[in-house]
Amino acid sequence: MDFIFQNLPWFINIFIGVPALGFFVSLVIPERKEFALSVVAFVTSLTTLLAAFVFVGFWAAQGFHSINLKEVVLYQSEEYSFLIDLYFDRVTAVYLLVGAFLTFMIAAFSRFYMHREKGFKRFFNTILFFFLGYNLTIFSGNFETLFIGWEILGLSSFLLIAFYRERYLPVRNAMRVFSIYRIGDVGILLAMWGSHHLWDANITFSQLENHAAVHQHVVGHSAAAIFISLMIVLAAAVKSAQLPFSSWLPRAMEGPTPSSAIFYGSLSVHFGAFLLMRTYPFWSEQIYIRILIILLGLVTAIVASPIARIQSSIKSKVAYASIVQIGIIFIEIALGLEALALVHFAGNAFMRTYQLLVSPSVVAYRIREQFYHYEKRTQPIVSTYWKKWEYTIYQLSLREFKLDHILNRYVFNNIKKIGQNLSFITLKNGFWFFGSVYLIGVALYFNKASIDPKLLDYLPETFSFIGLLMVFRAFGERKSPLLAWILLMTNNFWSVLATSFLGELSVIELVFYLSGVVILGIAGYAILLLLQKKEKNYFSLNTYYGHVYQHPRMAFVFLISCMGVMGFPITPTFIGEDLLFSHIQENQVFLAVFNALAYIIGGISVVRIYARLFLGPHCKTYHSTALKAS
Amino acid sequence: MQTTHHQQNGVFDLTEVLHKLGHYLPAQAPLKDFIHHNTLHAFQHEKFHSAVTKAGEIFGFKGYLSLHDFRQLYIDNKIDDEIISRVIKGRKGSSEVDQWKSKMIEGSFDTEHRPRIGKLRDTWKRVYKVNLDKVTHPVLFRIISNYLDQGISKWDFPASEKGLLASLREIEKNSFTSFFSGKRAKRLLNKEDLNLKELLDLLIYKEEYFEQYLFDLSFAHPGWSGMVAVLESSPKGLLDRRNVSLSDFIIIDLLLEIDALDEKLGETWSPLGLKVDKKPVKLFAKVKDSDLAMVYELWQESFEWTYYDEVLAGMEKTSHQTHSNTTASFQALFCIDDRECSIRRYAEELDKNCKTFGTPGHFNIVTHFQPENSAFHTQICPAPLTPKHLIKELESGVKSKKDYHFTNHDHSLWRSGITTATVGLWSGFKLFANIFKPSFTASAVSSFEHMDEKGKLTIEFQGETTEDGLQVGFTIDEMADAMGRMLKSIGLVTDFAPLVYLIGHGASSVNNTYYAGYDCGACSGRPGSVNARVASWMLNDERVRLRLIDMGLNIPATTQFIGGLHDTTRDEIKFFDEDVLNEKNAIAHAGRKTLFEQALDLDAKERSRRFALSQTKGSAKKVHDKVKLRSVSLFEPRPEYNHATNTLCIIGRRDSFKDLFLDRRAFMNSYDYRLDPKGEFLAGILGAAAPVCGGINLEYYFSRVDTDRLGAGSKLPHNVMGLIGVANGSDGDLRPGLPFQMVEIHDPMRLMIYIEQFPNVVLDTLNGSPAAKQWFQDEWIHLVVQHPESKLLHQYIEGNFVEYHPLKKLNDPVSDLNHLIETTEDNMPVLILNS
Repeated sequence: MDFIFQNLPWFINIFIGVPALGFFVSLVIPERKEFALSVVAFVTSLTTLLAAFVFVGFWAAQGFHSINLKEVVLYQSEEYSFLIDLYFDRVTAVYLLVGAFLTFMIAAFSRFYMHREKGFKRFFNTILFFFLGYNLTIFSGNFETLFIGWEILGLSSFLLIAFYRERYLPVRNAMRVFSIYRIGDVGILLAMWGSHHLWDANITFSQLENHAAVHQHVVGHSAAAIFISLMIVLAAAVKSAQLPFSSWLPRAMEGPTPSSAIFYGSLSVHFGAFLLMRTYPFWSEQIYIRILIILLGLVTAIVASPIARIQSSIKSKVAYASIVQIGIIFIEIALGLEALALVHFAGNAFMRTYQLLVSPSVVAYRIREQFYHYEKRTQPIVSTYWKKWEYTIYQLSLREFKLDHILNRYVFNNIKKIGQNLSFITLKNGFWFFGSVYLIGVALYFNKASIDPKLLDYLPETFSFIGLLMVFRAFGERKSPLLAWILLMTNNFWSVLATSFLGELSVIELVFYLSGVVILGIAGYAILLLLQKKEKNYFSLNTYYGHVYQHPRMAFVFLISCMGVMGFPITPTFIGEDLLFSHIQENQVFLAVFNALAYIIGGISVVRIYARLFLGPHCKTYHSTALKAS
Repeated sequence: MQTTHHQQNGVFDLTEVLHKLGHYLPAQAPLKDFIHHNTLHAFQHEKFHSAVTKAGEIFGFKGYLSLHDFRQLYIDNKIDDEIISRVIKGRKGSSEVDQWKSKMIEGSFDTEHRPRIGKLRDTWKRVYKVNLDKVTHPVLFRIISNYLDQGISKWDFPASEKGLLASLREIEKNSFTSFFSGKRAKRLLNKEDLNLKELLDLLIYKEEYFEQYLFDLSFAHPGWSGMVAVLESSPKGLLDRRNVSLSDFIIIDLLLEIDALDEKLGETWSPLGLKVDKKPVKLFAKVKDSDLAMVYELWQESFEWTYYDEVLAGMEKTSHQTHSNTTASFQALFCIDDRECSIRRYAEELDKNCKTFGTPGHFNIVTHFQPENSAFHTQICPAPLTPKHLIKELESGVKSKKDYHFTNHDHSLWRSGITTATVGLWSGFKLFANIFKPSFTASAVSSFEHMDEKGKLTIEFQGETTEDGLQVGFTIDEMADAMGRMLKSIGLVTDFAPLVYLIGHGASSVNNTYYAGYDCGACSGRPGSVNARVASWMLNDERVRLRLIDMGLNIPATTQFIGGLHDTTRDEIKFFDEDVLNEKNAIAHAGRKTLFEQALDLDAKERSRRFALSQTKGSAKKVHDKVKLRSVSLFEPRPEYNHATNTLCIIGRRDSFKDLFLDRRAFMNSYDYRLDPKGEFLAGILGAAAPVCGGINLEYYFSRVDTDRLGAGSKLPHNVMGLIGVANGSDGDLRPGLPFQMVEIHDPMRLMIYIEQFPNVVLDTLNGSPAAKQWFQDEWIHLVVQHPESKLLHQYIEGNFVEYHPLKKLNDPVSDLNHLIETTEDNMPVLILNS
């Protein structure tokens, strides 16, 4: 007993280790071994759940003290360190219990439900991957660790929504949800950068419990503190489908019902609330931020409520009903009612999971109810003036307040337009022009000492901006996957160049940053060349080609390459990304924004190349294919 | 429906085109009335193979398994080489056998589908660079889904009683916002006399393209268009009626298109008709013959005849056997449904002296039924019939359970916060209980709930007629007539046992949007409990029996009838009105119940061999318990396999094929040719069997061969829309057809009807009933007749009977069926059982 009490922090490792192990084991089990796959998922989630019960019991017996576990230092230099840090408090406890319980339920449920489904293995792989990301996020002790979990959640969400990858709508919606998620990621990335500078170090969440320290920092740097808080709110609003991002949630319901139930009905969508609770000590002192969160939750609840009332499809209805509750949870958090918010979260998560799982029963239940207790629904006659309002709200709700339209029009279409205006950049002229500029840049770097300091100030922004333009160009590219891929790769070099003017970039840092990009970038390029050779009539970014049907292996390797190029935490590039950010000074907001945008939009563009080439309705119709609208 | 004449004249006849369009769209009713039908019903006036080829060329439907699948079946010996030769010989002559066989087995073909549909409308994308579907579909689907919604949304579509278009107009006029971005579409909508042609003039301009454009438009979302067309012709499909028409729906679609184009290109774009760069092939232009089509046809026929040949070899063999004619210990009438095959076999096995019969499960009770407390009545006889009677339920004590999770309170703003936090936690427990210990909940559907067994039914006419002109109850004459015809048609006219069972069937499931399709097809997708109970009541009535004597049916006073319901999912039987039995029968009945219990256990065990992840080995009772759990498990997408694997319909005396093991693949209608020298009853049987069994068979066939377009795909991502249909996700079109989970084990073969009767009698019967004949004439169903005296088999080919001699000889009789059942998961071969 004593041993356990003394080493309690160490046991936190179980909650990362078990899902990670389960995930890797599930990867190597062959597709046809349905039973083994489901057992792995079952055992992984059950072990985690039981361990969670025991752990929470001991932790409670010890007096509910928060635990911080400094895990591994992945990179260490004089002024910078990147460490995996784990943290456990009552927010983690509730999220852990709810998450493990629901994952366990879904693993048990899906064993039968998913039987004989094409992609059985993929389903359980992704679920375990998600579970790993989930635990990593809720246990994260600092922004860096949180971001790793966050990225895993984003990618596994994409894969789950696009589970039926041979149909058009799941792939399109997965792409859309992924893109909106990335907006939230900008928030995390910039909040991370901001707090580096606010604290002059990589802050851990446990340090935030020190009120005095927080107070001192926040007061001293109110602008930075507000900036960080806003970025946190942005990330939270996106992940929890608050306004104006709400429309992604119903669209995420494209996978098999249990995955929609657990992820979009319950777990994924509560991450915004989690982030707010996790960072509460930081922003709670800023009254404007609290008011902002209350308003955000309130307006979301008020707007989502009529939308939920008019939904005629059962899953969207549950989605919007959930959004309403999360709006209220946001209010509770901002009011400091953490315990209530946690109970509310658990209730909402269980209820929406259950509602989605039994959603097919609604037909029999309601029809029977109507058959026996039919009442003609009456429409009250109201005065013309109110009627006008009523119809307006009805119409707006039916169109989800055009939220989707607004996001597309004002965010993504504008980026696309910029990209298309840059279409004069081709592989050839780009190579010569930007190649020379880059060489000049490198030359300037080596002669840094002799350059006018005023000019020097502008260089990082300039190079970073060029990198961003490359990304925009890639985002707007609708024809050549090869061009888009190269542009996305070069962006990383521009980032390095830009950052190199900021401080001393060591060779190790360079290797850290570029290794993943270069190796996997080349691998991805090779796959593209190979695919182009094999399918030269079906090779562009203009439409979905669904090559995964015929080339599943290439698709898999390319997906891994994409992860590398987008800076996913499987290569050191990820740490490099953080490292570069740490070089960006507090007053270089533009630079930080350029870099963050390039990272985010680059990620979207990379995944889009994958989606367009490998997912969607297969371009060849020698087998049965679904209608686009289905 | 031949190519319509307006095309020649160049005059666009809107009414006619809309009619034609409605005919070609999927004809699936709302979920609560799942009625099986031929998926390609629009092509049914043509021969099967040319219909399938044509549907493929025009709409891109796959009508066969893939060449790869066929070739694999050939390698696996599921398609017989000798049969292939015979099939080719029959079509191409013996000189071409080798040539065609090599084409079938190793010929290389371009099998890509390049359907004609959608080519014209694709011009928007190709020439104008506008992706209309992306803009219009989400709005269109939401409008129609909310308009038709039966109760998922809490807020009703405003002014819905006015009709779709008028309602929309009303909203647009009285609102601060609009469904349209531009002014023009809104202005057009507000025109009271707006007509469809006007919009086509604007969009397309050239009349020659109008028809094709409307097809392209509607077939971009056949699910919703089909639903609208169905509800236009039968508004009764909705409890909460909606006034909807295809024309209104298309107008909205076109307005949204105009609006999308206006937004993208400004109001000055020129109509599509003027910009067509590649003139598309006319949709219904002649489809050329091809080698590939012939190869598919040959494969399909060979696949089917490999199986039929086995069956016919068995028939030939067993029909020679004679059975003793002792008086039956009891008799039982079941539905002709293929799911009743095995329970009958086990009953016969457990009591060698009993006799079972098959007749459509409505037991010739042609009526509506109105349960107590319901404002509605529902048809409980085959869908094509139009009943004039109504049976009401009185004094029912059934109360339906409630489930908070389906109520509409959870999304209101304030109250919901508290309930979500509290009830929500309870959901966690419920979820746990449901996964680890499944049991009946309010969300489940049970066949026994259709009628309260303790309630009373108004069977006899007492002078009451309802507002809509239905006669409540039957007169004694009507009863005697219906019952007399039913008994005669199945050949039960003498040797009545003391106890005769009439057993209908239904199904139970949970989380199953297709629940209505699991019940009795002959009762319009309802359980057959009311019918079984009513028919037994009638047959027990002395006045009815007196009339029956006049009709030559003398039922002894000691004989009693008792109704029951077989739940095919759970394998349970419930009997009704057992208290009418006399003392002797009551004792006998108690013994029979044990017998039925045993038969049900065995039946469940036999079924379980198809269910992967469940154990077939072991005692029947234990396996049965597991099978029962499936029906209440939320996570079980296959509570039972319904009609999957159905391939045969046998019309004849049970004795002639009693020892034939057909693996639950046959509809079985009892019929005694000796009582029907003129084919009078046969006409009645075929009149029902062809459309009902043929419809079921073809729906399974097409959902299996093209799961993505003719079937509903996997049901796992399905989302219920408005309680009337399912779609994938939240933005998708409705998915008509059967889901993959229902048809995955189905071998796509057409139905073969076997009749025990003189070929010339059958020929005369068919000539007298053209509707039934069409099914055989155009080869949507195969027909084989066995001469009852010579035992020679005759195949119906092109309107004539040609002798058929099976190629195969069946193996020796099998004695250990149980072992085979425990070890085989696939379809079993035709077997002769040791009796």
